Amino acid sequence: MALLAAANTLSRIASGGFLLSPTSIFDPAATPARSVFGLSMLVLSVTLVIFLIVAGLLLYVLIRYRHKPAESEREPAQIYGSNQIELSWTVIPILIVVMLFLSTTRVILDTEAAPRPSGALDVTVIGHQFWWEFRYPKLGVVTANELHVPVSDPARPTPTYLAMSSADTDHSFWVPRLAGKMDLIPNRLNTMWIDPQSPGLYLGQCAQYCGTQHAKMLLRVYAQSPEDFAAWIKQQQKPVAQDLSGNPSAVEGQTVFMHSACINCHTVAGTVATGRFGPDLTHLASRDTIASGPVQNTPENLRQWIADPNSMKPGVLMPSMHLNDHDLDMITAYLTTLH
Amino acid sequence: MMQTASTIPIAAPREPAWVLPYRGIVGMVCLILAESAIFLIFVVAYIYYIGKSLSGPTPAQVLELPILGTVCLLSSSFTVHFAVSALRKGNVRGCTVGVAGTVLLGAIFLMTTAREWYHLIHDFGLTIRTNLFGTTFYSLVGLHATHVAVGLIMLTITLALLLSGRVKEAHAERLEVLSLYWHFVDGVWVVVFLVVYVLGR
Amino acid sequence: MANGTVLEAIDQTLELKRRPPLDVVYEWVSTVDHKKIGLMYIVYALIFLVIAGFEAVLMRIQLAVPNNHFVSPQVFNRLFTMHGTTMVFFVGMPILFGFGNYLVPLMIGARDMAFPRLNAFSFWISAFGGLLLYFSYLGGDGLYGAGSAPDVGWFAYAPLTAKVFSPGHSTDYWTLSILLTGIGTTGTALNIVTTTICMRCKGMKLSRMPLFVWLMLVTSGLVFVAVSPLTAAQIMLTLDRYLGAHFFDTQAGGSAVLWMHFFWIFGHPEVYILVLPAFGFVNEIIPVFSRKAIFGYPAMVAASVGIGFISLSVWAHHMFTVGLGPAGNTFFVFATMVISVPTGIKIFNWLATLWGGKIIFKVPMMFCIAFLFQFLVAGLTGIMLSSAPFNWQLSASYFVVAHFHYVLVGAILTALFGAFYYWYPKVTGRMMSETLGKWHFWLFIIGFHLTFDFMHVPGLLGMPRRIYTYEAGRGWEWWNLIVGIGALFQTAGTLIFVYNLVRSYHRGEIAGHDPWDAWTLEWATPSPPPAYNFAVEPTVSSRRPLWDLKHPEDQDENYE
Repeated sequence: MALLAAANTLSRIASGGFLLSPTSIFDPAATPARSVFGLSMLVLSVTLVIFLIVAGLLLYVLIRYRHKPAESEREPAQIYGSNQIELSWTVIPILIVVMLFLSTTRVILDTEAAPRPSGALDVTVIGHQFWWEFRYPKLGVVTANELHVPVSDPARPTPTYLAMSSADTDHSFWVPRLAGKMDLIPNRLNTMWIDPQSPGLYLGQCAQYCGTQHAKMLLRVYAQSPEDFAAWIKQQQKPVAQDLSGNPSAVEGQTVFMHSACINCHTVAGTVATGRFGPDLTHLASRDTIASGPVQNTPENLRQWIADPNSMKPGVLMPSMHLNDHDLDMITAYLTTLH
Repeated sequence: MMQTASTIPIAAPREPAWVLPYRGIVGMVCLILAESAIFLIFVVAYIYYIGKSLSGPTPAQVLELPILGTVCLLSSSFTVHFAVSALRKGNVRGCTVGVAGTVLLGAIFLMTTAREWYHLIHDFGLTIRTNLFGTTFYSLVGLHATHVAVGLIMLTITLALLLSGRVKEAHAERLEVLSLYWHFVDGVWVVVFLVVYVLGR
Repeated sequence: MANGTVLEAIDQTLELKRRPPLDVVYEWVSTVDHKKIGLMYIVYALIFLVIAGFEAVLMRIQLAVPNNHFVSPQVFNRLFTMHGTTMVFFVGMPILFGFGNYLVPLMIGARDMAFPRLNAFSFWISAFGGLLLYFSYLGGDGLYGAGSAPDVGWFAYAPLTAKVFSPGHSTDYWTLSILLTGIGTTGTALNIVTTTICMRCKGMKLSRMPLFVWLMLVTSGLVFVAVSPLTAAQIMLTLDRYLGAHFFDTQAGGSAVLWMHFFWIFGHPEVYILVLPAFGFVNEIIPVFSRKAIFGYPAMVAASVGIGFISLSVWAHHMFTVGLGPAGNTFFVFATMVISVPTGIKIFNWLATLWGGKIIFKVPMMFCIAFLFQFLVAGLTGIMLSSAPFNWQLSASYFVVAHFHYVLVGAILTALFGAFYYWYPKVTGRMMSETLGKWHFWLFIIGFHLTFDFMHVPGLLGMPRRIYTYEAGRGWEWWNLIVGIGALFQTAGTLIFVYNLVRSYHRGEIAGHDPWDAWTLEWATPSPPPAYNFAVEPTVSSRRPLWDLKHPEDQDENYE
């Protein structure tokens, strides 16, 4: 472990400013990423040594045996082979392969066959073109694009188990600092787990080409302290405010919303909007971003998004709603009340 | 045995006679290898999807063992083998009978397949788009039937050539190449029969 | 030999007479001569190399800065699909089989391929496939919107390719053009195997064949068992799209993973189909420019055959993130790591060939030396990717893109460049310019390393592949910019190469029949060889017939 920590620190120092990245695989913040990091350090060291030896030999040979014009034109001694040499450079690589294979297998089992602790949280992840649906089945929470999970204390682990599938094409959940990626495949259930050990925002994005806007299907994982997480859950479980009096724009906006095609694709819990094709909007205003990550959640951006989603994310499946300016203002006012 | 030389063997002082296999056979073996790989994928798909159809008819409900067709097709391997040996001995008449028999038996096989499909489509409503069974069944059996049809066309052309007296003993090797293809088609049928009509039901 | 001189004189006379252009065109269109067909494959592939390279440059411009608007996402997605599909099927395969077509009969002392008409047919159907694929640019919204060009990625994962997610014909262009070229490739492979087994000249036992011929033999064998699964899968896809079949229809219980299995059962051996001929080139060039026989010929044959077989069992290392489970993942880790053993053996044997030799740094050799270093690195990053947990981070990221370009460009294309400079004199009778060759070499190698060394880093920093743009603030910007600059150097190098090819045809130094003092049979013919290759069918008694002729006191056959 000390060796790993040293390697980690070294890579951070060596990287200077250029390698700083919120999505670096060499900056693990959860156990799966850490196991992979350890294995990767081993594999990198072994391959580095092999490289230095073989490339070094190659360089030596090229210099030592280069043809010097002053030399006679006689051909060098023709050597056709040697069984002992062949054997040696077959056996040694086999031994290296065996060693790497065993180390790899151990990490595979540690990650994929790890026993599940009792404090684990279940989240269902469903991939869509081009957004993420997150459901917390035992807590009755449905949200989109921004995943909130509790921080996990190694002494009493509370990892999050993700059960993943897709509603349309293949996707892949990749938050490098937390774990390796796992694909979301329609008609198939895949599972993985993460246990971020310090609070913060972890970034990632879809890693399996899924269509036009694959590039902007971003991931935001908020690891929160147990208290903050509990507070977030409580807020997500609250029904949406029914009494909007005092905010006439929002009231009008609600009417426009409920009478538009919006309700065919989106859900606002407790209303007639029960569409499942697009993200759940019940607590839209509690999210930092919209459009699955690339756009900040401000009233201006929201209005622009509703007016013409393709202007911000060309190829997105949400059509422009062709609303007039007034209706756009009203709907925006309404949606910004959905905390 | 592949004894035919493609170059005239000249005995050099130290080296033995230089005899290489016949091109046609090697080429056909390569083709068979490639085609086997295609069939293997369709067979794998069939096996993978056994029991996975969400709805619609199942093999046990609709399939009957195609005994007549199978007997005909497998017998046609014997007739074509007979045709090749006949031609090797210069017996063009015997060869013609053998090839004609092969064509007849192959045609009967295709007709039994056609009848089976008619029955499946009209009586059970099973088509390629009905369910996973329909998809994998028609594509695998259809791919095989297509190969039978191609073989029959080649054999019919051969029959025509035989009847018009254009085929000689020296052509025996070429006929053997065609017969190799036909044996392959029969071999595939054995696999299809076992996977679809025995294992799958 | 008087006989040879007379024939040479006749050949030269034929060359000097001017012929009507239409005659020349007809001759090439109707030819069944393996040399002409080989050349047509090569020229065809070079044209597509330039086009697909242009597609890559467009992509790099789009990715040079975050949130760029140089091309729209729809165009970008078509570009990366076309770039990959073109490079694999319409550059890699044709150029390598073109070289195989040209060289195999010459190297085994034969006069042509076993089935010359099949050879011609294979070329023309493959060529048609390429034209069909590029015709797609003219569909849909037309050329500037990149038309109906396929946009599903070169491996066209289901169910993205289903009618419901890919309406229109872009996927069908992908499917049909590859189906056609697959038929052509299978035909050529059939020809190569049959020729090698049935048409070797007297005395050329299998154990005396040049290693290039062995590698083409193994490659062709792989074609049979690898291309067919893709053909089958594409038939299934077309049945899904047009007859309502459900092979990959996840709504009806079909499996997206099944497509992946079928595709990669093709896809992995495919990359070995691409790399084995490159090994073949290196096997021929390194000994000649070290003035030593290849070290460990039997081991090289065994390693090549071994690589061929093992490559059929590793495919799911492209699917480590699909959820195959610990048992599945472990098996494919093992098989993939095992393939590194014969591959390493080859590298060590090349090293041993150089050891004790007299290394001559002419341009063909320079490219082979670059190949050795670059292939070593590519193999090592491959070992990194073979470790499944590490793969869970690296797959579908720019690290993988860097790895496979390291193999395709750093190993295969580099060896190909070497092969061009080495055999051009045989094909045209003239030497390519060494000076221009060195310019080409250095520009290209510098560009290659700028692009593909630095491309590993964004992958390690979390950048997935196939994205038309990326967020600022992830630390990816500088790396993408450097990668783009490298592309410009490579373009310059490639253009110099093309210029060298064209210029040397008329202005190159006359080569003679054996400019490199080499040892295999193709160097025993005039340059260019006459249509019949050999006036008298040769008889050989060792692996290096010309060495035996030049060194009667120290013949190879004494040692074999």
